[in-house]
Amino acid sequence: MISFVFKRLLQSIVVMLTVALIAFSMFRYVGDPVNNMVGQDTTDEERAALTEQLGLNDPFIVQYGRFVLNAIQGDFGTSYKYRRPVSELILERLSATLELSFVSAILALGIGIPCGVYTALRSKGALSRSIMTLSLVGVSLPTFLIGILLILLFGVILRWLPTFGRGDVVDVFGWWTTGFLTISGLKSLILPSITLALFQMTLIMRLVRAEMLEVLRTDFVKFAKARGLPDRAVHFKHALKNTLVPVITITGLQLGSLIAFAIITESVFQWPGMGLLFVQAIADVDIPIMAAYLVLIAFFFVVINMVVDILYYAVDPRLRADSDS
Amino acid sequence: MKLRTGLLAAVAAAAIAVAAPVQAKEFKFAFQGDLSSLDPHSLNESFLLGTLGNIYEGLVLYDENMQVIPGLAESWKTVNPTTWEFKLRKGVKFHGGQDFTADDVIFTWQRAGSKGSDQKTRAGKIKNITKVDDYTILVETPAPNPILVRDLNFLYIMDKEWSEANGTTNATSATGDDKGNFANLNANGTGPFMVKSNQADVKTVMVRNENYWKDIPSNVTQIDFTPIKEAATRVAALVSGELDLVYPVPVQDWQRLEESDGVKPLAGPEARTIFFGMDQSRDELLYSNIKGKNPFKDIKVRQAMAHALNLDAIKQKVMRNAATPAGLMVAPQINGFNEALNLPYPYDPEKAKALLAEAGYPDGFEVTIDCPNNRYVNDEKICQAAASMWAKVGVKVNVLAQPKSKYFGKVLETGGYDTSFYLLGWTPGTMDSENVLSSLIACQNKETKRGLFNLGNYCNPKIDELSAAVGSETDQDKRNAMISEAFDILKNEYGYLPIHQQPLSWGVSDRVTVNQRADNVLDYRYVVVK
Repeated sequence: MISFVFKRLLQSIVVMLTVALIAFSMFRYVGDPVNNMVGQDTTDEERAALTEQLGLNDPFIVQYGRFVLNAIQGDFGTSYKYRRPVSELILERLSATLELSFVSAILALGIGIPCGVYTALRSKGALSRSIMTLSLVGVSLPTFLIGILLILLFGVILRWLPTFGRGDVVDVFGWWTTGFLTISGLKSLILPSITLALFQMTLIMRLVRAEMLEVLRTDFVKFAKARGLPDRAVHFKHALKNTLVPVITITGLQLGSLIAFAIITESVFQWPGMGLLFVQAIADVDIPIMAAYLVLIAFFFVVINMVVDILYYAVDPRLRADSDS
Repeated sequence: MKLRTGLLAAVAAAAIAVAAPVQAKEFKFAFQGDLSSLDPHSLNESFLLGTLGNIYEGLVLYDENMQVIPGLAESWKTVNPTTWEFKLRKGVKFHGGQDFTADDVIFTWQRAGSKGSDQKTRAGKIKNITKVDDYTILVETPAPNPILVRDLNFLYIMDKEWSEANGTTNATSATGDDKGNFANLNANGTGPFMVKSNQADVKTVMVRNENYWKDIPSNVTQIDFTPIKEAATRVAALVSGELDLVYPVPVQDWQRLEESDGVKPLAGPEARTIFFGMDQSRDELLYSNIKGKNPFKDIKVRQAMAHALNLDAIKQKVMRNAATPAGLMVAPQINGFNEALNLPYPYDPEKAKALLAEAGYPDGFEVTIDCPNNRYVNDEKICQAAASMWAKVGVKVNVLAQPKSKYFGKVLETGGYDTSFYLLGWTPGTMDSENVLSSLIACQNKETKRGLFNLGNYCNPKIDELSAAVGSETDQDKRNAMISEAFDILKNEYGYLPIHQQPLSWGVSDRVTVNQRADNVLDYRYVVVK
């Protein structure tokens, strides 16, 4: 077990180093950061000094090594554009992204699982069919379009909900801002969280439905029915419980992607989270922010994956037998 | 407990009664970019300086028509050709309560020339400032400079005391290597609005400075600024009534705004001229199929390129009639503009073909044009439309459109002027032709810092001479005559191919009236909310 965890940890480190390398080297070619930082009146010497000061003249490997060492200490440098530490900027935006992702995850699970169960149990019903048809829309329409359509309907035509931003926020613990405590904050959450949740919701629903249909066909469900257990007990105690194992795994991973792929939703709704920070950093070629964001997201995924793998190893005896042989 | 709530309620009621005469008037707007700093000397960029112009002020101000009016200086005059005397306004206080005096001006000038400053060129126009008394200063320039005051509009005055107390005597540098300083995140100006809160890229809230020294048309008490990058979101927020003003609005959305209730598009000509430039200095073009010579060195080829352009078609098809075709490198708002010279080169494809044949290219030639795709209004589309026009006379122009960071990295001096043909736009910050002559038209000269944006290095010694003279001539009529002479030579030599002045494109709610300044600056002084 210890050797497995150790090996897995080593793998994760290699992955992180690779991501850091890709992030770092890719951004070397996005554009010249100096040009974005200076005005039209800046002289040659000032530009040269700036390039030197940013360390852009050092050999590639030196720049990379410096980047990794600093990143380990949580130091992603200073944003070229805002002249503030990147870690500070990201921390400011973290609450917005996490709150949005959290609400979206609740929506996706809270609607996705019941709908999945329902459509599996009543697979021939009219309601089931319409849910299934609607879910196709959820998977096939791009997030950007869904967001714009929601804005158009609820913001512009009906004028029920705000079309952009996070509303009023309240400071809690001094560093975390929350929109949960104000009316405008809650109203502002609705459209973006639906936009972000829609894809995951349909995914979870379809997954639950497929798994459930599978489980319902198994012998132990048939036996349970034969024993005369009430439908409710069979469906929810036996079938659903077994359905949820893979669903939990997928959900764990999807939570990572909710955080990561909030980028599009955040830019459509001008939601002041990390994704928006990232998108704007791309436009400004603000390399420290871009690199920090990519590394951070990779870190989320690596940690989640590693936890899932270790849990599998602990839960499923077959894996242990494989690795021992 | 009850008594206490009662007391509180009474206090609150009293407070409301006192505050009642000043009704809260909020104004909310969005722009596509954000405020990257609050330090007025950190970046020389129009949105940043335009916004900070409501918080900080220079010795002079621009009025709604971009005419210079007294700001923190009440009056000024030249004592001799290189010395100006400024009488400073008395009784002006900074937001923090400090008095504005001559020391602040001298401090500001020094700070603007400090290491990290992006206002060094403006600071450099002044050789020395001497304090006569607290409200009189003598400003010396290295050479006679007739347009000095115009540069002072964007040189915002900071308080010496405040800056020293907060350790911000140097400008926040644009390097990103320093951690920024106090003025990067805090402001203390003399302007009509004060920063209440500022979260970069998210929201900036400004409140009215009740002690402002001047009466202004605006009745606004609070201004919320949100950067919204997505054009669709920006327009939706305006139409839904959540915002009072957004800019820029994509030209194709104008009709939608006209059809929606309560909002309208606000368009006007920007003082920015968009033009094509050609490499006229290399012996062989970098990106062309013609080897061993440079076709753009031949005036006939440049003429052909000019006469092949149908500027009216670009205006109608690409710009939806919102642009003004141009024949000059400066807009009507700029000093030195000459109506007679602004007639565009006529569209005449037959003549263009004939000229090409005369120049020895009967079958045309091939060249690549560099074009930004997110800097100017419809920049990439203009290049494509023009390329199809040139194709009709036989010149095959390949359009290389790139985001502005890539584009500027390639074509500007830092990229070694790596271009054969390009599209660029220019607004002179001084609103005077001298800036265009010395930056775009004078021969490239790294020593004297002239012609550094003359990317194709069009060079004519006569214009060079004139442009230097225009910089120090104080007789306004003589000066304008020299400007016109220089533009006339440029025009006859087909040195540049001007396209148009692009439109300013804002969307406003009927609830507000604003002034749309030709340099795309929103001056809060003129914002009135119904």
